[in-house]
Amino acid sequence: MPTATNADDSDPADGIQIDLISGERMENMATMEKIRMILDGVHDGNIVILEEGLTPDEESRLIETTMAEINPEDFNGIEIETYPKSDSKDSSLLGRIMGGDGSEAKLTVIGPANRIETLHKDETLISALVSRS
Amino acid sequence: MGLFTELKDSISRATDRLFSEQEPKRIGIYGPPNAGKTTLANRIARDWTGDAIGTESHIPHETRRARRKENVEIERNGKSVTIDIVDTPGVTTKVDYEEFTDEMEEDDAIRRSREATEGVAEAMHWLREDVDGVIYVLDSAEDPITQVNTMLIGIIESRDLPVLIFANKIDLDDSSVKRIEDAFPQHKTVPLSAKEGENMDEVYENIAEYFG
Ligand SMILES: Nc1nc2c(ncn2[C@@H]2O[C@H](COP(=O)(O)OP(=O)(O)O)[C@@H](O)[C@H]2O)c(=O)[nH]1
Ligand SMILES: [Mg+2]
Repeated sequence: MPTATNADDSDPADGIQIDLISGERMENMATMEKIRMILDGVHDGNIVILEEGLTPDEESRLIETTMAEINPEDFNGIEIETYPKSDSKDSSLLGRIMGGDGSEAKLTVIGPANRIETLHKDETLISALVSRS
Repeated sequence: MGLFTELKDSISRATDRLFSEQEPKRIGIYGPPNAGKTTLANRIARDWTGDAIGTESHIPHETRRARRKENVEIERNGKSVTIDIVDTPGVTTKVDYEEFTDEMEEDDAIRRSREATEGVAEAMHWLREDVDGVIYVLDSAEDPITQVNTMLIGIIESRDLPVLIFANKIDLDDSSVKRIEDAFPQHKTVPLSAKEGENMDEVYENIAEYFG
Protein backbone atom coordinates (compact mmCIF):
# COMPACT_ATOMS: atom_id res chain seq x y z
CA MET A 1 0.00 0.00 0.00
CA PRO A 2 1.44 3.40 -0.91
CA THR A 3 1.26 4.81 2.58
CA ALA A 4 2.46 8.24 3.44
CA THR A 5 3.63 7.47 6.92
CA ASN A 6 4.01 9.73 9.85
CA ALA A 7 6.39 8.66 12.56
CA ASP A 8 4.13 8.24 15.57
CA ASP A 9 0.42 7.65 15.18
CA SER A 10 -0.13 7.41 18.93
CA ASP A 11 -0.05 11.19 19.14
CA PRO A 12 -2.55 12.78 16.76
CA ALA A 13 -0.99 16.19 17.28
CA ASP A 14 2.02 14.96 15.33
CA GLY A 15 0.08 14.86 12.10
CA ILE A 16 -2.19 12.75 10.04
CA GLN A 17 -1.37 9.45 8.45
CA ILE A 18 -2.90 8.92 5.05
CA ASP A 19 -3.53 5.54 3.49
CA LEU A 20 -3.68 5.99 -0.27
CA ILE A 21 -5.22 2.94 -1.86
CA SER A 22 -4.88 2.55 -5.58
CA GLY A 23 -7.59 1.24 -7.84
CA GLU A 24 -5.24 -1.54 -8.83
CA ARG A 25 -4.90 -2.74 -5.27
CA MET A 26 -8.68 -2.67 -4.73
CA GLU A 27 -9.40 -4.45 -7.98
CA ASN A 28 -8.99 -7.99 -6.75
CA MET A 29 -10.34 -7.52 -3.25
CA ALA A 30 -13.68 -8.85 -2.07
CA THR A 31 -16.15 -6.33 -0.63
CA MET A 32 -15.55 -7.30 2.99
CA GLU A 33 -11.77 -7.21 2.49
CA LYS A 34 -12.04 -3.64 1.24
CA ILE A 35 -14.24 -2.67 4.16
CA ARG A 36 -11.89 -4.32 6.66
CA MET A 37 -8.93 -2.50 5.18
CA ILE A 38 -10.75 0.85 5.31
CA LEU A 39 -12.01 0.44 8.85
CA ASP A 40 -8.67 -0.87 10.12
CA GLY A 41 -7.08 2.30 8.79
CA VAL A 42 -9.76 4.49 10.32
CA HIS A 43 -9.52 2.72 13.69
CA ASP A 44 -5.81 3.58 13.66
CA GLY A 45 -6.79 7.22 13.25
CA ASN A 46 -5.77 7.40 9.60
CA ILE A 47 -7.44 9.06 6.67
CA VAL A 48 -8.06 6.55 3.92
CA ILE A 49 -8.17 7.74 0.33
CA LEU A 50 -9.54 5.36 -2.27
CA GLU A 51 -8.51 6.12 -5.81
CA GLU A 52 -11.50 4.27 -7.26
CA GLY A 53 -14.19 4.76 -4.63
CA LEU A 54 -16.76 2.16 -3.68
CA THR A 55 -19.89 0.80 -5.33
CA PRO A 56 -23.26 1.75 -3.76
CA ASP A 57 -23.56 -1.77 -2.37
CA GLU A 58 -20.11 -1.51 -0.78
CA GLU A 59 -21.01 1.88 0.66
CA SER A 60 -24.11 0.41 2.25
CA ARG A 61 -22.08 -2.43 3.78
CA LEU A 62 -19.47 0.06 4.97
CA ILE A 63 -22.18 1.99 6.87
CA GLU A 64 -23.60 -1.22 8.33
CA THR A 65 -20.18 -2.48 9.46
CA THR A 66 -19.24 0.94 10.85
CA MET A 67 -22.40 0.93 12.98
CA ALA A 68 -21.51 -2.49 14.39
CA GLU A 69 -18.07 -1.23 15.44
CA ILE A 70 -19.06 2.05 17.08
CA ASN A 71 -18.50 2.07 20.82
CA PRO A 72 -18.65 4.89 23.34
CA GLU A 73 -15.06 4.37 24.53
CA ASP A 74 -13.09 4.89 21.37
CA PHE A 75 -14.95 4.92 18.08
CA ASN A 76 -17.87 7.11 17.08
CA GLY A 77 -17.96 6.40 13.38
CA ILE A 78 -16.67 7.80 10.11
CA GLU A 79 -16.87 10.77 7.83
CA ILE A 80 -16.95 9.89 4.16
CA GLU A 81 -16.75 12.23 1.21
CA THR A 82 -16.61 11.55 -2.49
CA TYR A 83 -14.90 13.79 -4.99
CA PRO A 84 -15.21 13.58 -8.74
CA LYS A 85 -11.79 13.29 -10.30
CA SER A 86 -10.90 16.56 -11.85
CA ASP A 87 -9.99 16.80 -15.55
CA SER A 88 -6.72 18.36 -14.70
CA LYS A 89 -5.77 15.58 -12.38
CA ASP A 90 -2.36 15.15 -13.92
CA SER A 91 -1.33 18.48 -12.60
CA SER A 92 -2.79 18.00 -9.14
CA LEU A 93 -0.64 16.70 -6.38
CA LEU A 94 -2.90 13.72 -5.89
CA GLY A 95 -2.88 12.98 -9.60
CA ARG A 96 0.89 12.89 -9.51
CA ILE A 97 0.99 10.64 -6.47
CA MET A 98 -1.57 8.20 -7.76
CA GLY A 99 -0.40 8.20 -11.36
CA GLY A 100 -3.83 8.01 -12.92
CA ASP A 101 -4.98 5.91 -15.84
CA GLY A 102 -7.67 8.19 -17.20
CA SER A 103 -10.49 6.30 -15.50
CA GLU A 104 -13.68 8.16 -14.63
CA ALA A 105 -14.00 6.73 -11.15
CA LYS A 106 -14.53 8.93 -8.18
CA LEU A 107 -12.14 9.53 -5.36
CA THR A 108 -13.38 8.70 -1.87
CA VAL A 109 -11.97 10.01 1.38
CA ILE A 110 -12.86 8.29 4.66
CA GLY A 111 -11.72 9.28 8.12
CA PRO A 112 -12.55 8.87 11.79
CA ALA A 113 -15.49 11.12 12.73
CA ASN A 114 -13.86 12.31 15.95
CA ARG A 115 -10.88 13.71 14.07
CA ILE A 116 -12.60 15.26 11.10
CA GLU A 117 -15.63 17.40 11.69
CA THR A 118 -16.42 17.72 8.02
CA LEU A 119 -14.47 16.93 4.95
CA HIS A 120 -14.92 19.79 2.58
CA LYS A 121 -15.58 19.22 -1.06
CA ASP A 122 -12.39 20.88 -2.04
CA GLU A 123 -9.58 19.20 -3.83
CA THR A 124 -7.02 21.56 -2.40
CA LEU A 125 -7.92 20.28 1.06
CA ILE A 126 -7.02 16.73 0.13
CA SER A 127 -3.81 17.99 -1.35
CA ALA A 128 -3.18 19.88 1.86
CA LEU A 129 -3.82 16.74 3.89
CA VAL A 130 -1.53 14.76 1.66
CA SER A 131 1.24 17.29 1.90
CA ARG A 132 0.98 17.49 5.67
CA SER A 133 1.95 13.89 6.05
CA MET B 1 -75.75 -30.18 -0.43
CA GLY B 2 -76.24 -26.62 0.77
CA LEU B 3 -73.43 -26.99 3.27
CA PHE B 4 -71.07 -28.27 0.63
CA THR B 5 -71.83 -25.38 -1.71
CA GLU B 6 -71.33 -22.92 1.09
CA LEU B 7 -68.01 -24.46 1.97
CA LYS B 8 -66.90 -24.44 -1.64
CA ASP B 9 -67.91 -20.78 -1.91
CA SER B 10 -66.00 -19.75 1.15
CA ILE B 11 -62.93 -21.69 0.06
CA SER B 12 -62.96 -20.03 -3.32
CA ARG B 13 -63.44 -16.64 -1.68
CA ALA B 14 -60.41 -17.31 0.50
CA THR B 15 -58.27 -18.45 -2.41
CA ASP B 16 -59.42 -15.45 -4.44
CA ARG B 17 -58.17 -13.26 -1.67
CA LEU B 18 -54.91 -15.16 -1.36
CA PHE B 19 -54.03 -15.20 -5.03
CA SER B 20 -55.73 -12.30 -6.69
CA GLU B 21 -55.02 -9.53 -4.23
CA GLN B 22 -51.62 -7.98 -4.21
CA GLU B 23 -49.22 -8.62 -1.39
CA PRO B 24 -48.74 -5.41 0.59
CA LYS B 25 -45.76 -3.42 -0.65
CA ARG B 26 -43.16 -2.78 1.99
CA ILE B 27 -42.35 0.93 1.85
CA GLY B 28 -39.35 2.11 3.85
CA ILE B 29 -39.30 5.69 5.12
CA TYR B 30 -35.67 6.76 4.99
CA GLY B 31 -33.83 10.03 5.38
CA PRO B 32 -31.52 11.89 7.74
CA PRO B 33 -32.24 12.20 11.48
CA ASN B 34 -34.91 14.80 12.36
CA ALA B 35 -36.34 15.15 8.84
CA GLY B 36 -39.81 14.21 10.13
CA LYS B 37 -39.94 10.51 9.20
CA THR B 38 -41.79 9.41 12.33
CA THR B 39 -44.16 12.38 12.15
CA LEU B 40 -45.01 11.36 8.57
CA ALA B 41 -45.34 7.65 9.40
CA ASN B 42 -47.70 8.55 12.26
CA ARG B 43 -49.80 10.82 10.09
CA ILE B 44 -50.17 8.17 7.39
CA ALA B 45 -51.00 5.49 9.97
CA ARG B 46 -53.51 7.75 11.76
CA ASP B 47 -55.18 8.89 8.53
CA TRP B 48 -55.72 5.37 7.25
CA THR B 49 -55.82 3.06 10.27
CA GLY B 50 -56.59 5.31 13.23
CA ASP B 51 -53.49 4.69 15.30
CA ALA B 52 -49.91 5.81 15.54
CA ILE B 53 -46.64 4.07 15.01
CA GLY B 54 -43.91 5.70 17.16
CA THR B 55 -42.62 8.65 19.15
CA GLU B 56 -41.61 11.92 17.50
CA SER B 57 -38.87 13.87 19.16
CA HIS B 58 -36.42 16.72 18.74
CA ILE B 59 -33.76 14.44 20.28
CA PRO B 60 -31.91 12.78 17.41
CA HIS B 61 -32.18 9.00 17.30
CA GLU B 62 -35.54 8.84 19.07
CA THR B 63 -36.44 6.13 16.56
CA ARG B 64 -33.74 3.59 17.22
CA ARG B 65 -35.38 0.48 15.87
CA ALA B 66 -37.31 0.25 12.65
CA ARG B 67 -41.04 0.21 13.35
CA ARG B 68 -43.62 -1.24 11.09
CA LYS B 69 -47.31 -0.64 10.54
CA GLU B 70 -48.83 -3.36 8.43
CA ASN B 71 -51.64 -3.37 5.89
CA VAL B 72 -52.22 0.33 5.54
CA GLU B 73 -54.64 0.70 2.66
CA ILE B 74 -54.38 3.98 0.82
CA GLU B 75 -56.97 4.98 -1.78
CA ARG B 76 -56.90 7.97 -4.09
CA ASN B 77 -58.68 8.66 -7.37
CA GLY B 78 -59.78 5.06 -7.78
CA LYS B 79 -56.24 3.81 -7.26
CA SER B 80 -55.59 1.78 -4.17
CA VAL B 81 -52.44 0.37 -2.65
CA THR B 82 -51.84 -1.65 0.48
CA ILE B 83 -48.52 -0.91 2.12
CA ASP B 84 -46.55 -1.90 5.16
CA ILE B 85 -44.93 1.29 6.39
CA VAL B 86 -41.48 0.90 7.88
CA ASP B 87 -40.26 3.91 9.86
CA THR B 88 -36.47 3.71 10.11
CA PRO B 89 -33.90 5.51 12.25
CA GLY B 90 -32.15 8.32 10.39
CA VAL B 91 -29.18 7.04 8.46
CA THR B 92 -25.85 8.44 9.51
CA THR B 93 -22.21 7.35 9.41
CA LYS B 94 -21.52 8.32 13.02
CA VAL B 95 -23.23 8.19 16.40
CA ASP B 96 -21.69 10.07 19.29
CA TYR B 97 -23.08 9.02 22.62
CA GLU B 98 -22.12 12.40 24.06
CA GLU B 99 -25.00 13.83 22.01
CA PHE B 100 -27.27 12.09 24.50
CA THR B 101 -25.44 12.86 27.74
CA ASP B 102 -26.92 16.38 27.97
CA GLU B 103 -30.37 14.89 28.14
CA MET B 104 -29.86 11.78 30.30
CA GLU B 105 -27.65 9.69 32.55
CA GLU B 106 -24.47 8.16 31.15
CA ASP B 107 -25.77 4.57 31.27
CA ASP B 108 -28.89 5.53 29.36
CA ALA B 109 -26.83 7.49 26.87
CA ILE B 110 -24.60 4.48 26.20
CA ARG B 111 -27.58 2.18 25.82
CA ARG B 112 -29.35 4.62 23.54
CA SER B 113 -26.35 5.11 21.30
CA ARG B 114 -25.90 1.34 21.05
CA GLU B 115 -29.56 0.96 20.06
CA ALA B 116 -29.14 3.77 17.54
CA THR B 117 -26.19 2.07 15.84
CA GLU B 118 -28.03 -1.26 15.72
CA GLY B 119 -31.07 0.48 14.26
CA VAL B 120 -29.07 2.17 11.50
CA ALA B 121 -27.31 -1.11 10.66
CA GLU B 122 -30.68 -2.84 10.46
CA ALA B 123 -32.13 -0.09 8.25
CA MET B 124 -29.19 -0.44 5.85
CA HIS B 125 -29.61 -4.19 5.77
CA TRP B 126 -33.32 -3.84 5.03
CA LEU B 127 -32.60 -1.49 2.18
CA ARG B 128 -30.55 -4.22 0.55
CA GLU B 129 -32.89 -7.11 1.33
CA ASP B 130 -36.32 -6.20 2.39
CA VAL B 131 -38.10 -3.13 1.00
CA ASP B 132 -40.12 -2.72 -2.20
CA GLY B 133 -40.04 1.06 -2.37
CA VAL B 134 -38.67 4.09 -0.55
CA ILE B 135 -40.05 7.39 0.67
CA TYR B 136 -37.00 9.59 1.22
CA VAL B 137 -37.86 12.39 3.65
CA LEU B 138 -35.86 15.62 3.75
CA ASP B 139 -36.22 18.73 5.89
CA SER B 140 -36.75 21.36 3.16
CA ALA B 141 -35.28 24.06 5.39
CA GLU B 142 -31.91 22.28 5.30
CA ASP B 143 -29.34 21.87 2.53
CA PRO B 144 -30.26 18.59 0.80
CA ILE B 145 -26.81 18.01 -0.65
CA THR B 146 -25.04 16.08 2.06
CA GLN B 147 -22.77 13.11 1.68
CA VAL B 148 -25.25 10.83 3.44
CA ASN B 149 -28.19 11.89 1.25
CA THR B 150 -26.21 11.52 -1.97
CA MET B 151 -24.86 8.14 -0.88
CA LEU B 152 -28.26 6.83 0.25
CA ILE B 153 -30.03 7.96 -2.93
CA GLY B 154 -27.21 6.25 -4.87
CA ILE B 155 -27.72 3.04 -2.91
CA ILE B 156 -31.49 3.16 -3.48
CA GLU B 157 -31.00 3.79 -7.22
CA SER B 158 -28.53 0.94 -7.52
CA ARG B 159 -31.19 -1.42 -6.16
CA ASP B 160 -33.71 -0.14 -8.72
CA LEU B 161 -36.21 0.66 -5.98
CA PRO B 162 -39.00 3.14 -6.76
CA VAL B 163 -38.36 6.27 -4.70
CA LEU B 164 -40.37 9.38 -3.91
CA ILE B 165 -38.62 12.34 -2.31
CA PHE B 166 -40.71 14.16 0.29
CA ALA B 167 -39.76 17.79 0.90
CA ASN B 168 -41.05 18.09 4.46
CA LYS B 169 -41.51 21.11 6.77
CA ILE B 170 -42.82 23.47 4.06
CA ASP B 171 -44.48 25.39 6.92
CA LEU B 172 -41.05 26.73 7.93
CA ASP B 173 -39.96 30.15 6.64
CA ASP B 174 -36.67 29.03 5.15
CA SER B 175 -38.13 25.99 3.46
CA SER B 176 -37.08 25.58 -0.19
CA VAL B 177 -38.65 22.80 -2.23
CA LYS B 178 -36.76 23.94 -5.31
CA ARG B 179 -33.42 23.32 -3.65
CA ILE B 180 -34.44 19.68 -3.24
CA GLU B 181 -35.84 19.38 -6.79
CA ASP B 182 -32.59 20.79 -8.13
CA ALA B 183 -30.49 18.43 -6.04
CA PHE B 184 -32.31 15.28 -7.18
CA PRO B 185 -33.88 16.13 -10.56
CA GLN B 186 -34.08 12.45 -11.51
CA HIS B 187 -36.79 11.84 -8.88
CA LYS B 188 -40.28 13.12 -8.16
CA THR B 189 -40.33 15.56 -5.24
CA VAL B 190 -43.53 16.03 -3.22
CA PRO B 191 -43.77 19.05 -0.88
CA LEU B 192 -45.57 18.64 2.46
CA SER B 193 -45.76 19.47 6.10
CA ALA B 194 -46.18 16.22 8.01
CA LYS B 195 -46.67 18.15 11.22
CA GLU B 196 -49.35 20.56 9.97
CA GLY B 197 -50.88 18.08 7.53
CA GLU B 198 -50.32 20.37 4.54
CA ASN B 199 -50.57 18.94 1.02
CA MET B 200 -51.44 15.42 2.21
CA ASP B 201 -53.80 14.92 -0.75
CA GLU B 202 -50.90 15.11 -3.16
CA VAL B 203 -48.86 12.88 -0.83
CA TYR B 204 -51.49 10.12 -0.94
CA GLU B 205 -52.07 10.53 -4.67
CA ASN B 206 -48.39 9.99 -5.28
CA ILE B 207 -48.15 7.02 -2.95
CA ALA B 208 -51.13 5.32 -4.60
CA GLU B 209 -49.86 6.12 -8.06
CA TYR B 210 -46.22 5.33 -7.54
CA PHE B 211 -46.28 2.26 -5.35
CA GLY B 212 -49.59 0.84 -6.53
N1 LIG C 1 -42.10 22.69 11.42
C1 LIG C 1 -42.22 21.37 11.19
N2 LIG C 1 -41.67 20.50 12.07
C2 LIG C 1 -41.78 19.18 11.80
C3 LIG C 1 -42.48 18.69 10.66
N3 LIG C 1 -42.42 17.34 10.68
C4 LIG C 1 -41.71 17.00 11.80
N4 LIG C 1 -41.35 18.10 12.49
C5 LIG C 1 -40.60 18.19 13.76
O1 LIG C 1 -39.26 17.74 13.54
C6 LIG C 1 -38.78 17.03 14.69
C7 LIG C 1 -38.32 15.65 14.27
O2 LIG C 1 -39.45 14.89 13.86
P1 LIG C 1 -39.42 13.30 13.80
O3 LIG C 1 -40.66 12.87 13.10
O4 LIG C 1 -39.13 12.70 15.14
O5 LIG C 1 -38.13 13.11 12.85
P2 LIG C 1 -37.35 11.76 12.43
O6 LIG C 1 -36.08 11.76 13.22
O7 LIG C 1 -37.06 11.94 10.96
O8 LIG C 1 -38.24 10.59 12.72
C8 LIG C 1 -39.92 17.01 15.69
O9 LIG C 1 -39.72 18.05 16.62
C9 LIG C 1 -41.16 17.23 14.81
O10 LIG C 1 -42.22 17.85 15.51
C10 LIG C 1 -43.06 19.65 9.76
O11 LIG C 1 -43.68 19.32 8.74
N5 LIG C 1 -42.89 20.97 10.08
MG1 LIG D 1 -37.94 8.94 13.89
